[in-house]
Amino acid sequence: MLQVRIHGRGGQGVVTATEMLSVAAFWQGRHAQAFPSFGSERTGAPVVAFCRIDDREIRLREPILAPDVLIVQDPTLLHQVDVFQGLQPEGYVLINSRRSFDALGVGELARRFRHERLTTVPATEIALRHLGRPLPNTALLGGFAALSGLIALDAVAHAIRDKFSGAVAEANIAAAAEAHDFVRQELEELHRAQAD
Amino acid sequence: MLRQIEGSRAVAEAVALSRPEVICAYPISPQTHIVEGLGELVKTGALSPCEFVNVESEFAAMSVAIGASAAGARAYTATASQGLLFMAEAVYNASGLGLPIVMTVANRAIGAPINIWNDHSDSMSQRDCGWIQLFAAHNQEALDLHIQAFKLAEELSMPVMVCMDGFILTHAYERVDMPTQEQVDAFLPPYVPRQVLDPAEPVSIGAMVGPEAFMEVRYLAHARQTLALERIPQIAAEFAERFGRHTGGLVRGYHLDDAETVVVALGSVIGTLRDTVEALRQDGLKLGVLGIQSFRPFPLAAVRDALQGARRVVVLEKSFSVGLGGVVSTDVRLALSGLPLHGYTVVAGLGGRAITQASLAQMLREAVADRLPPLSFLDLDQRMVERQLAREAAHRRSGPVAENLLRDVGTMASRVR
Repeated sequence: MLQVRIHGRGGQGVVTATEMLSVAAFWQGRHAQAFPSFGSERTGAPVVAFCRIDDREIRLREPILAPDVLIVQDPTLLHQVDVFQGLQPEGYVLINSRRSFDALGVGELARRFRHERLTTVPATEIALRHLGRPLPNTALLGGFAALSGLIALDAVAHAIRDKFSGAVAEANIAAAAEAHDFVRQELEELHRAQAD
Repeated sequence: MLRQIEGSRAVAEAVALSRPEVICAYPISPQTHIVEGLGELVKTGALSPCEFVNVESEFAAMSVAIGASAAGARAYTATASQGLLFMAEAVYNASGLGLPIVMTVANRAIGAPINIWNDHSDSMSQRDCGWIQLFAAHNQEALDLHIQAFKLAEELSMPVMVCMDGFILTHAYERVDMPTQEQVDAFLPPYVPRQVLDPAEPVSIGAMVGPEAFMEVRYLAHARQTLALERIPQIAAEFAERFGRHTGGLVRGYHLDDAETVVVALGSVIGTLRDTVEALRQDGLKLGVLGIQSFRPFPLAAVRDALQGARRVVVLEKSFSVGLGGVVSTDVRLALSGLPLHGYTVVAGLGGRAITQASLAQMLREAVADRLPPLSFLDLDQRMVERQLAREAAHRRSGPVAENLLRDVGTMASRVR
């Protein structure tokens, strides 16, 4: 079972992101369960949402305490909430930022994990270009598809069309695709650096 | 058709497929998405001639449902928590009058302290109101139970409450198999009322009944619930035949054949329990799970039958009778009268406290060793309790309990680095 935890702030589409991730997994023939942290969410307040993906029926209903994947929609949470809590040693981390893990002040923490599974992507900037609004969730899903290969970009696009329609859907799909390319290039550069 | 949707959406569509004629509801978390979904569906005209009545309160919601049902309409409403309490007088009237209303309760704690999260206090507060109470273990079951509920309610002319865990189910996206309109129409015939306000054949409904017949009216309601004990499994079997899946019924057991210790539970925690029990069985612990789908009528015989081979029974419940202990436990004990079983009550998940596999596993290991006290509270923070008790012992004016405890834990639940 793959367990994904998304941290963000109220208004950034954190809950919607996990719902879309579950729809993408379902579209790929898998079982998926998405659920929020059940708070009375307010704009700007820290929000957590969860998604489980498996090849069989998911019966477990506890919050995700030991995630395989961590997506951070707002880097200002890194020093407010213990987002890394319970992260599996082989886990993936994707943070919405243009800065490096060191510059974000979590470099030391990040070095405990597999560095090729940890990256950042400027999802808010990408979203502003495509949507005109700072809603980084769909871009991050595109980035996650590139980082992990655990979900396909076209499944993400399908999930976006399931949630939105018309121009809004297409703009979100474009944001997801650009973030996907960005992360793929980051990974290619990393591979080249390792090869050298 | 298989779909990946929110539990609330699944229920809204299942209710829509049941062709309701009047929907009246007042929004309250975590029920809101269900009635919003139905509101949208009514607005498209797809449910015509169904009318969605906006009401000013839950009391009005149940009152409109009563009026609509008495006029011969298939009526539906939904609520939770304080909303259910606010409509309580009308809830008793609906069952007392024998009106087959279907209501979703998106289970949520009752204040004070105000709390929007899940437990079963709300529907348990109405367990004696004369409604049938069915509990869903997952979203597919929530969807299916609504279709079964209309059939059951209308056959017996009594109202049915479908209880589903607030947020845990209502706000969870998961896979559900949504039936077609043709399938539902073949299963659920049009509503033929046993009593109806019809100008062509005038009757009055709701007479005052004195000591000469009141007890008989109440007894007849009990007799109908007893009849429901037969009809609920039959309707579930007919549903399984048509739709190809087993949901609903009275009780459902897992690994009961060789179980020495059986955990009894209601609702969505059954899933987490099954995972926990299967993991512990790998270690040789002979554990089983008994899920109760029908809480009213309470299936005394089915529960006794399922548990009589066990040596001990743990009732894990999200409800709590202050000054006594378990609510479900009391009924389970009645079912087990005379059997030589160790019985334990574990109150868990009140006000939305997460029920984790780790805590369940630890508790079950204690139970198997007969080290559990008769009544315990899963993951109760004893230090927090003692700190408040010490405060009360030290000062007369110790202040409001809830505010004191919040100050002790800090308002942010997450750890700050």
